[in-house]
Amino acid sequence: MSRIRAEPLRLDELIAAVSHPGAGGIATFLGVVRDVNEGRSVTLLEYEAYGTMAEAELERVLSEIAAELPGVRVAATHRVGALHVGDVAVACAASAPHRAEAFRGCRLLIDRIKERLPIWKREHGPDGPYWVGWEDARCAGEHGHEAPHGHAHGDEEPHGHGHGGTAPPGSAGA
Amino acid sequence: MLAFAGARDVLGTGEVALPLAGPCTAAELLEHVCARYPGLGPYKGSIRVAVNGVYATPSDPVGFGDEVALIPPVAGG
Repeated sequence: MSRIRAEPLRLDELIAAVSHPGAGGIATFLGVVRDVNEGRSVTLLEYEAYGTMAEAELERVLSEIAAELPGVRVAATHRVGALHVGDVAVACAASAPHRAEAFRGCRLLIDRIKERLPIWKREHGPDGPYWVGWEDARCAGEHGHEAPHGHAHGDEEPHGHGHGGTAPPGSAGA
Repeated sequence: MLAFAGARDVLGTGEVALPLAGPCTAAELLEHVCARYPGLGPYKGSIRVAVNGVYATPSDPVGFGDEVALIPPVAGG
């Protein structure tokens, strides 16, 4: 089954993919659709991917991490389509002989997925739908290429936009 | 040329044919697209260009037959 797909994600298939006799630790991460983003309630996230490139970019990310962290095996899948609160949008697993490298590999994996995979989400809430990150992109070129602000779900830390952001109350998350 | 998410909404379509006078760089292509679709202008600094499924650097060449895509700030995860 494709790594970028509309069907539900399964952690057991990722664990199977990274398991081997020398793997003494397996770290996993699930990114889950959360009910609040930046103070707005969220009812639905529509994920869209540039599918062929997302598959290829994920393959490159997996190969890079395997090369950078000897002994670490990684696997990941990402879902597309209409996802609701509680649905798993991304799933990652990393194995290593010991836990430190497994956690490190898993962290690197989710970070690179979020930085690089050509995947977008349209958030639906009381104010209507909008593409996460798009309005923040206006005139970002004036200041060079800014890293996209993270506006995803549970695993995000608040960025604050320079005026002391706080986590939205009631924000669930991974 | 393919366009996704917010960039597709500005173009009004996910795929357009882009007439080019000749081969150019990824940066020149983005300039050309933003001139043709002024609504993209404010976002130009945040849009990356991919050529044949790989992020292009500004100086990378774009030729006829390449699959070119506008990549707005990604928001996976």
